[in-house]
Amino acid sequence: MTGGEVVFSRPESLRRTPTHYCPGCTHGTAHRLVAEVLDELGIRERTVGVAPVGCAVFAYNYFNCDFLEAAHGRAPAFATGVKRVRPELIVFTYQGDGDLASIGLAEILHAANRGEKFTVVFVNNAIYGMTGGQMAPTTLPGQVTTTCPGGRDVEQVGYPLRVAELLATLRTPGYIARGSLHGPEAIVASKRLVRRAFEHQVAGTCFGLVELLSTCPTNWGLTPMAACQWVVDRMIPYYPLGELKRPESATGQVAS
Amino acid sequence: MSAVTIDSTRCKGCELCCRVCPQGVLRVAKQINTKGYFPAEVGDGTLCMGCCMCAVVCPDVAIEVRVHGVHYDFLGQ
Ligand SMILES: Cc1ncc(C[n+]2csc(CCOP(=O)(O)OP(=O)(O)O)c2C)c(N)n1
Ligand code: SF4
Ligand code: SF4
Ligand code: SF4
Repeated sequence: MTGGEVVFSRPESLRRTPTHYCPGCTHGTAHRLVAEVLDELGIRERTVGVAPVGCAVFAYNYFNCDFLEAAHGRAPAFATGVKRVRPELIVFTYQGDGDLASIGLAEILHAANRGEKFTVVFVNNAIYGMTGGQMAPTTLPGQVTTTCPGGRDVEQVGYPLRVAELLATLRTPGYIARGSLHGPEAIVASKRLVRRAFEHQVAGTCFGLVELLSTCPTNWGLTPMAACQWVVDRMIPYYPLGELKRPESATGQVAS
Repeated sequence: MSAVTIDSTRCKGCELCCRVCPQGVLRVAKQINTKGYFPAEVGDGTLCMGCCMCAVVCPDVAIEVRVHGVHYDFLGQ
């Protein structure tokens, strides 16, 4: 059938370049959600993205907007510079959990605490994907990775870091939320969160961070379908979904 | 009637779309594509109700959905 109305197609903010991501990796889904939001808000032509080091290192090849490539974990510093010099631009970082929660933890914490008015898309797949599946600060208790082949031992290396909760305790106003990419309902809900975070930036309200629980079928050693189920069974119980902080709750209390 | 099209050259054969389709429209092809994956393909396309769930979960934006009128035969297999 050729007639009829197109109800789903590639957003303009996403180039046709095929991604290098592994089959079933939800990095691609995260890209699409951001691109759809840029289209819907009509901000593509004044948006600057900052790519991380990690599997999303080539994000600048996939988004149809201006892009910078930061050193590992330093995307929030780049974004701070761009947004302060050109406040009329819409600036976002796209960072993995190794990039943001490990080497870049100081950058993200201080950017959020300073209330920098850019948006962070934080893709949490509980592992270092690009480098071959090493333990991340977000790796779950007991989860097997190449650097903890017996499973993460919390006695030895502590518990996984809940970055969204950590940032939600800050006194500085911000929008902090967590969604997941494991299935259609979760993806639709996550898109609303991404959209709200960008809307806060468009309105000039506050810093925004949306954590998206994402799969890494390759390094988890699971099929794409089993990886989505693993997000439901293992990740969501530890990383609950929802809005953790809205700019109104400026005291740092966690919004209900 | 609705229609779903899969760009088999972009598809990486992850099968996420096949899993979520409530109408059982999508399946895995028997031929590999140029990337070396077994891509998803449309089986009985007349069952498609244009819900877009397959497209929403596709990480590679390989699916396009069109709707034409209304499809009444929900879950009518
Ligand atoms: C300064 C520096 N230290 C270490 C590395 C090696 N390195 C590359 S990507 C990466 C972690 C990536 O993990 P994550 O941010 O979770 O992204 P993913 O690949 O899982 O999407 C590391 C440690 C590097 N490139 N530069
Ligand atoms: S290694 Fe993991 S995170 Fe990286 S592209 Fe493959 S599945 Fe995605
Ligand atoms: S649009 Fe809905 S019914 Fe049609 S193929 Fe996709 S998931 Fe199945
Ligand atoms: S979800 Fe996309 S990439 Fe995966 S099998 Fe379906 S069409 Fe192919």
